[in-house]
Amino acid sequence: MTDHQFKGLSPQEATLRVEASLKQRRKREKRFRLMGLSAVALALTFLAVLFTGILSKGLPGMFQYYVQLDVELDRARLDPAGDLSAASLYSGDADALILEASLASIGEEGRRKLKKALRKMVSSGASIRLIEYVTDNPEQLGTTQPIKFAVDDDIDSFLRGFIQRETPEKDRRINDLTIEIVDKWEQLGLISYEISDYLFFGSASRDAEMAGIKGALIGSLLTLAICISIAFPLGVAAAVYLEELAPRNRWTEIIEININNLAAVPSVVFGIMGLAIFIVTFGMPRSIPLVGGVVLALMTLPTIIISSRAAIRAVPPSIRDAALGIGASKMQVIFHHVIPLAMPGMLTGTIIGMAQALGETAPLLMIGMVAFIVDIPAGFTDPATVLPVQIFMWADFAERMFIQKTSAAIIVLLAFLITMNAAAIALRKKLERRW
Amino acid sequence: MTSLKQIKSSTGITMETIATTTTGNVYVDNPRMTARNVNVHYGDKHAIRDVSIDIAEQEVIAFIGPSGCGKSTFLRTLNRMNDTIDICRVTGEISLDGEDIYAPSVDVVPLRARVGMVFQKPNPFPKSIYDNIAYGPRIHGLTRNKAELDDVVESALQRAGLWNEVKDRLDQPGTGLSGGQQQRLCIARAIAVSPEVILMDEPCSALDPIATARVEELIEELKQQYTIVIVTHSMQQAARVSDRTAYFHLGDLVEVGRTEQIFTNPSHKLTQDYITGRFG
Repeated sequence: MTDHQFKGLSPQEATLRVEASLKQRRKREKRFRLMGLSAVALALTFLAVLFTGILSKGLPGMFQYYVQLDVELDRARLDPAGDLSAASLYSGDADALILEASLASIGEEGRRKLKKALRKMVSSGASIRLIEYVTDNPEQLGTTQPIKFAVDDDIDSFLRGFIQRETPEKDRRINDLTIEIVDKWEQLGLISYEISDYLFFGSASRDAEMAGIKGALIGSLLTLAICISIAFPLGVAAAVYLEELAPRNRWTEIIEININNLAAVPSVVFGIMGLAIFIVTFGMPRSIPLVGGVVLALMTLPTIIISSRAAIRAVPPSIRDAALGIGASKMQVIFHHVIPLAMPGMLTGTIIGMAQALGETAPLLMIGMVAFIVDIPAGFTDPATVLPVQIFMWADFAERMFIQKTSAAIIVLLAFLITMNAAAIALRKKLERRW
Repeated sequence: MTSLKQIKSSTGITMETIATTTTGNVYVDNPRMTARNVNVHYGDKHAIRDVSIDIAEQEVIAFIGPSGCGKSTFLRTLNRMNDTIDICRVTGEISLDGEDIYAPSVDVVPLRARVGMVFQKPNPFPKSIYDNIAYGPRIHGLTRNKAELDDVVESALQRAGLWNEVKDRLDQPGTGLSGGQQQRLCIARAIAVSPEVILMDEPCSALDPIATARVEELIEELKQQYTIVIVTHSMQQAARVSDRTAYFHLGDLVEVGRTEQIFTNPSHKLTQDYITGRFG
């Protein structure tokens, strides 16, 4: 006890003190609110910068320049065997016809230098485009048709202003003659800027103007299909077992801890494991979606198990009691009540896991899905690559045009991810609305 | 209150083997369920000590007592709902129609169909009203076709006094009903599987007085057909609905008797103190 004795405050005094402290409290509250607001604002700014960056670089990548040439579809030269078979068409003289058409477009005869320049100005895929055109429209053989061909990536970069006229000729990737021809084409209105069909319908290519994401997109879909069909049932089954059926003892505890640890294992480790087990031990081929999907399934499994367990734990015990109380067996409680009620949460976890798998690069590098694959995969055992790996590879190429293609592919990947997340939300809303 | 011998066989229960200090007569002439020397342990905690009691056919018996006295725990031993709790251990003998329900050969699924349960908080399934009632008959295979199932649903709802209120919206969620309606839905769900005994664990504690009155009326009607065991905190409720009353105190069954006798002339000091409101 001290000598000072606290006699209590008069109500007036108390009111004054409360008011004083109230001011301080309000100030603190305001400060805290401002801090939160600025954090959100900062995050939004970063997001805005990121999106503007990607969109401003990537949207032009969705387009590319085409030149329209009047090609004489000479039956004898295009289709020497006369049966329109691929073998016959590919042994034909499509390249020469395109060169003649380009010469005609600028109204010139075949000077050697001019020919050399023109050959490099139209995409090297032009002959394939012409052959496809003939295959689709065989009735037009013998006529002259205006057909659009992609211009070479250097011309594309020139038209976009990345290669500058002012640069001395010897430092430029294209010479003066080429620029002259481009100018002429532009004057004649032959150059057009259109949505790039190569980007969406082409597959990997060393030529930037022909490079597309279709192969990688299909590779991604095949890989994800394997991934979800393994990870979802396994994850849900494991979660149900651990939550509902497993005895509580040291072993289950060890398993639980390990699952939680697995969720934090760097993804490249799963890739190394996939390499060691599936490719080295079992001798499965490299670069195939089957192995990629299994590796990604192993990687997403902990995420799915953890979120599914949380969803199961969130099912109210009163529902279990109700079902048990009228004589439902343990299995019936699980399948009739627990799983349906936990399904929205489980699906959310699964889709988040899938989104994670969709964006994953490192483990797939380990199992060889980084290979340069031109063919579009037709099945789970065809060599394939996936979108993020494709982006990774394109980012590595030197040609200017690949920068735009890379950004365009990133946009596609992001659109994919946003769609998946939106699907997750929509699915959850729909299932939850069932009361 | 020291436990004597454990009863080994399911038959031959004699007066001598029953170690109890319960006041009043625990026996009835027409028992539906009998409990003998029941002990319940939650881990180290001895929750129920040597409880022996008979539950007669078509009677309403109320379990009363202060919070934590073990009345709900004992109720849950009657349809083995305590099985779901890992650390819970039940010894002694409980039989339904002379059959030991804790025998190893007994399957809890048909047992719980015979001894239904209604919980403290209304807990309809997040399904339609129809599916709530139809769930039990469906899993037990009680009906052969849709028409029969429809009949079962209707009669269960009618016996629960809910039919007129919900007959036009059977496909709507059961969770959309009011609290009292939900509880009657849960009662209808329990009787849809034609049980012999209905256990009610404080069925009105989450309901308002009007809904409570409806449920009590319902209990009065259901008594004609079923044996009802009700745990309640409300002594008025016990007095209103029950034929016999059992008073639990800290895991012991202190006194059992006719409800009028318990409330007007209790034999045991603890019972008297409780019903006169000296503690509780």
